Amino acid sequence: MSKLTPVLSANWDQADSFTIDGYKRSGGYTAVAKALAMNPDEVIQLVKDSGLRGRGGAGFPTGSKWGFIPQGDNKDHYFVVNADESEPGTCKDTPLMMANPHVLIEGVIIGSYAIRANYAFIYIRGEVTHVVRRVQQAIEDAYKAGLLGKNILGKGFDLELVLHVGAGAYICGEETALLDSLEGFRGQPRLRPPFPAIAGLYAKPTVVNNVESVASVPAIVNQGVAWFTSMGTEKSKGFTLYSLSGHVNNPGQFEAPLGITLRQLLEISGGVRKGHKLKFWTPGGSSTPIFTDAHLDVPLDYEGVAAAGSMLGTKALQIFDETTCIVRAVLRWTEFYKHESCGKCTPCREGTWWLVQVLKDLEAGKGSEADLDKLLDLCDNIMGRSFCALADGAASPIISSLKYFRQEYLDHLSAGACPFDPMAATLFESAGVK
Amino acid sequence: MAFTTEQISIMDSIIARYPRKRSAIMPLLHYVQSIDGYVTNEGIELIGQKLELATAEVTAVSTFYTQYKSKPVGEYHVGICTNTLCAVMGGDLIFDAVKEHLGIENDGVTSDGKVSVEHIECNAACDYAPVVMVNWEFYDNQTVQSVKDLVDGARAGNPPAPTRGPKTLRSWKQNSAVLAGISDGLANEGVQAGEPTLLGLKKAKGGA
Repeated sequence: MSKLTPVLSANWDQADSFTIDGYKRSGGYTAVAKALAMNPDEVIQLVKDSGLRGRGGAGFPTGSKWGFIPQGDNKDHYFVVNADESEPGTCKDTPLMMANPHVLIEGVIIGSYAIRANYAFIYIRGEVTHVVRRVQQAIEDAYKAGLLGKNILGKGFDLELVLHVGAGAYICGEETALLDSLEGFRGQPRLRPPFPAIAGLYAKPTVVNNVESVASVPAIVNQGVAWFTSMGTEKSKGFTLYSLSGHVNNPGQFEAPLGITLRQLLEISGGVRKGHKLKFWTPGGSSTPIFTDAHLDVPLDYEGVAAAGSMLGTKALQIFDETTCIVRAVLRWTEFYKHESCGKCTPCREGTWWLVQVLKDLEAGKGSEADLDKLLDLCDNIMGRSFCALADGAASPIISSLKYFRQEYLDHLSAGACPFDPMAATLFESAGVK
Repeated sequence: MAFTTEQISIMDSIIARYPRKRSAIMPLLHYVQSIDGYVTNEGIELIGQKLELATAEVTAVSTFYTQYKSKPVGEYHVGICTNTLCAVMGGDLIFDAVKEHLGIENDGVTSDGKVSVEHIECNAACDYAPVVMVNWEFYDNQTVQSVKDLVDGARAGNPPAPTRGPKTLRSWKQNSAVLAGISDGLANEGVQAGEPTLLGLKKAKGGA
């Protein structure tokens, strides 16, 4: 059995893990001293050599992203953390920032130093008040400790860090929409190129990294490339947070080497809900094509999941057992994408609206088999035809559910209604509470 | 309402955080909600003056984001997650039961102005499903009964504490100030993590 490897989560069981004293007691803020003693290019090379890839969904190598920032260009550079965690099923960055905001701040200082940025932002979603408190307090305490502001640790490096609180828009998790939002506009994605590394915030070279990616950097600086690359698989190095939720006995956060399988995670955690069996699951949030019980042994790394027809995404493993209606699940996700479409691109704005209409009828047992082909046709006209990946995400659960559960759609039509009892899927019946 | 000199100077300090002042529009909108409870016309006009923007530009931003409200919400704004996972596990039942219990619809406010209800999307706490947020504080692992008790307590002026949050639930306006970046000094209250957050660590250490 693959072993769990708590690194980011190692100190979360300390009651004061979120304070600067608690973080320092577990070795916090030692990596920043090491990094600031290095040449910034060496820090970039170190992160490149580690093979760390973005933990926010796309899996782009973090060190390469840093390396794209033009140096000696006499422009301001910006380092931006994407803490707008909103992908359905994804729940790792939020508890990380609640339990240990300082590891994120230490990563921000190191990353900003590496790309020569003197201004950094953490863009956090607005619906998590207590996490906002924790990060804000951590920033204030880091300033007081001389870890932010002028001449950090006496090394001549200056950094201002601002916490920017969003206001309820999933699309702002898309990096260019995030930048528009941070500039004070409606959060709508930009056409690329130019990429943020060339023209990002205020049209200046900008790095945008996910919380978990940035928070992984201090451990890499402290313990080295060989340690980090000893975990994971050939092209997916290191450890990561897997978030297990849904119809399982024990949901939660599990930090493990990349490449662990769902079967192993279920064995470690305590399995699917008692008396039930796995029906379908998402490997990385609702935007990644669903898997079934045929995929229990797929290595959960970037390549393994892609080879099996989905994406590792945010490693949000949402587990649904046989009591769950696939059409209801997919309709609800589709309603989410319709609501969160920013409206900029016509295929996404109009297409998600039509998808909801067709799926609503199907869930109610209305319509005909031709509607299933209509769904696929709509998806075909939405995917890859918009500025950002939201529309691709909207198509994923529909296409994959029709691939694995087409008959269940048809069963709705022959029954003239949804054949499932929604009560059976809730936690209330088995728990005896309502 | 009219803004005080002190409030206007706080707005100036918010603007001063940013290299370019337009970036302050979102915290300023949160701040207006902390004073007026929602985004008022007066608030939009003042933000426009401060940032040298037309009121239409400020309104365009305000209406894009669902957390900015164009009309008053309750002192306790209850968000019930009905995205797929929470919905399936009980969020749909909770949402229907609470609307019926309070006699209001989605986005409605009780006649005493104490409680409003909104169905929300995934709030990044799926390992604590079904999830309910009040003034954007976490209420984890909810049931129909627990949320009925929650809203009854809120209407009586005595809401239970959040599961992972400060010892006492603060009002919508008070929490809006936190979202504007104004500290209320409560960061150290509450747990560092709930049980599901710690489960992997516990298992790694050989625990049950």
